[in-house]
Amino acid sequence: MRILTGNDLKSGAVIWWTGRDWSLHVEEAADVGEHGEAVLAAEDGARRVNGGYIVDAEATPEGPRPAHIKDRIRALGPTVRPDLTLKPADPTAGDWVI
Amino acid sequence: MYQYDKYDQGMVDARVEEFRDQVRRRIAGDINDDQFKPLRLKNGLYLQLHAYMLRVAIPYGTFNSLQMRKLADIARKYDRGYGHFTTRQNIQYNWIKLEEAPDILAELATVEMHAIQTSGESIRNISADQYAGAAADEICDPRPWAELIRQATTFHPEFSYLPRKFKIAVISAAEDRAALRWHDCALRIVRNEAGEEGFEVYAGGGMGRTPFIAYKIRDFLPAQQIFSYLQAILRVWNLHARRDNIHKQRMKILVHELGEEEFRRQVEEEFQTFLALGTDFPQAEYDRIAEYFTPPPFEAGLSDEIDRSDPDFALWVDRQVAEHKAPGYAIANISLKPIGGIAGDISADQMDIVADLAERYSFDEIRATHAQNLVLPHVRKADLYAVWQALDAAELADANLDLITDIIACPGLDYCTLANARSIPLAQKISERFADMERQLDIGELKIKISGCINACGHHHAGQIGILGVDRKGTENYQLLLGGSGAEDTSQAKITGPGFDEAGIVDAVERTVERYRELREPGERFLDTYRRVGLDPFKEAIYG
Amino acid sequence: MANFRYRDDQPHEEPAVTLDAFLEQPDATAVRLEAGEDARRLIPFLGRLQLIEISFPRFRDGRGFSSARILREAGYEGELRAEGDVLIDLLFFMRRCGFDSFSSQHSLNPADVEAALNRYSNVYQDATDAAVPIWKLRHG
Repeated sequence: MRILTGNDLKSGAVIWWTGRDWSLHVEEAADVGEHGEAVLAAEDGARRVNGGYIVDAEATPEGPRPAHIKDRIRALGPTVRPDLTLKPADPTAGDWVI
Repeated sequence: MYQYDKYDQGMVDARVEEFRDQVRRRIAGDINDDQFKPLRLKNGLYLQLHAYMLRVAIPYGTFNSLQMRKLADIARKYDRGYGHFTTRQNIQYNWIKLEEAPDILAELATVEMHAIQTSGESIRNISADQYAGAAADEICDPRPWAELIRQATTFHPEFSYLPRKFKIAVISAAEDRAALRWHDCALRIVRNEAGEEGFEVYAGGGMGRTPFIAYKIRDFLPAQQIFSYLQAILRVWNLHARRDNIHKQRMKILVHELGEEEFRRQVEEEFQTFLALGTDFPQAEYDRIAEYFTPPPFEAGLSDEIDRSDPDFALWVDRQVAEHKAPGYAIANISLKPIGGIAGDISADQMDIVADLAERYSFDEIRATHAQNLVLPHVRKADLYAVWQALDAAELADANLDLITDIIACPGLDYCTLANARSIPLAQKISERFADMERQLDIGELKIKISGCINACGHHHAGQIGILGVDRKGTENYQLLLGGSGAEDTSQAKITGPGFDEAGIVDAVERTVERYRELREPGERFLDTYRRVGLDPFKEAIYG
Repeated sequence: MANFRYRDDQPHEEPAVTLDAFLEQPDATAVRLEAGEDARRLIPFLGRLQLIEISFPRFRDGRGFSSARILREAGYEGELRAEGDVLIDLLFFMRRCGFDSFSSQHSLNPADVEAALNRYSNVYQDATDAAVPIWKLRHG
């Protein structure tokens, strides 16, 4: 599957395209198929995303998992500071990242 | 330390409002990201993996307790309670919001700080010897010149849209603690036979994907002509650098392509143009700036004795304390490299403690080093024990300066959008592998430098052991390099051979170290042994 | 498209010719320099040139700043125009390097242009404008 990511213009937070809106959680990312470029152009123009790009991902029971390590790290947070990730309370949250 | 007058303050205040306006125009859609990016970069604001990152300038690595406390406040209020000291004596925050960046710059301006030209294709923050003004081996304090150059190169109208970044370093000591010849332009203050101050000038250095060590372009430049000479170098580069390939636009590439002689000839010719224009700052302005760097009122008659009865303290003194020019005083290095920690990271609470110590024991001065550590430059030897106790309580008393666990590591793929591999976890694993203090001391000086990509922010080309992270088909892979130096014996590290995965590279480092211990002769550092025996014996140990 | 001019004389109407054309037929009074062309080749002719247009094909390409200063420092007093990818945040630096007119491919908000040009009341270093550097103000 192909999903969309980028950063929120104002906060810089990593965001994922859900099909209707942007979410902080990669699990909510939608498969955009061949429509990625068109969505990005519209969203970038509306300044709802900054530096958006298309990512190859694998569909899993837990949700989409980006193919590249960089996007997996972006999806959760720094591997060296689990306390600063999206799921600081879950010690196994990063198991799929590396 | 330098203090702003109304003019300096006016400049940073205007800069804050300018950036506020630029952010407003970006958010309103008047300018697109392509147009905005150079503007935010010239204010130290990157878009990184997880958020915006703000790099704050610490000019020539010198700051005071008020500024450190402000850095701590910003870490708490706008970031996540910590900061990261970089390999250019700056500090950066990893979790900044674009909307809040102008407010942060406004707060910095209240303590005479800024983020001007800490990134982008501009003349970057000037770096200098972290022991400036304290070192026993310096000719004079290099910071007045660094400050003069800071002012001269701030918002320079001709050189604000350069082909690439431009980095300057200034030192005046025999020992090079600033990685001088890895800079685009490096200045060492010397005296000529008549006793006049001037600069030995080096040009065309830099790391990145095509490393070059700067060559000496001038044996002696009269100090007052420095601005003309810098402008000449910058103009030759600005006019003649390639503009078609971002990877070939650093000045080192132009120097390499023109040849050292031809580059020197063109600079000298342009230098005459600038001299005739009379744009150099006068002696009176140098004198005004130098006044701020008058040595602090060191007490006379202090004892040089240090009570070494506490063995942990004695160990710390042996590693972390350097010789000061004033009797009875010492330079105290603060390690930001705890075993298994994150190189250069410091919590807001630790920042406050360092600020308190500087205020109480070091004439209110703190220094940041390119090796991502801190320095209290002027501590009475009699106060060292109290300083150590306070540092120890704050988990800042590691005694590993220049040892194998004093690792330089860039933020890598944990934070940086340019990175190909993580640097921090690797540094942590090496640090843990060599945690034993006796073993570290037995190995002696060994500088490991790790970069997560070819841009080389972790100075791997200058590592006695360098490590470069690369992306091999989507997985992290690490290349090992040996024999680099960022000191006065500057050299470029060489790649040993095929790369390793994370576990493999830690083992390879250990095999390298063990081979060194077998081969070394009495008194030899790792680098000395490497230079004597060459790469082959190490390759044999590493690849078997 | 936006044009701004900071001169009191009448705008020069003759179309600018390329540097090569000018050097072959140097009776033209307006010439256009592309980024990377050597401004110093115009120095023998500065006395009778009335318009020199310097191209900024991409705003990141800062060669035109040096070209402008070289021309002003050689004594050129005619119109010096920055043309192309000219953005608001370049204007202050361009003015300091001697440009006195702008022809931008973008539409620039005049209020933003004014704000950008008047943002800094002082400067740290001499350039080719009349601004007095801070060090001079400090020492009277």
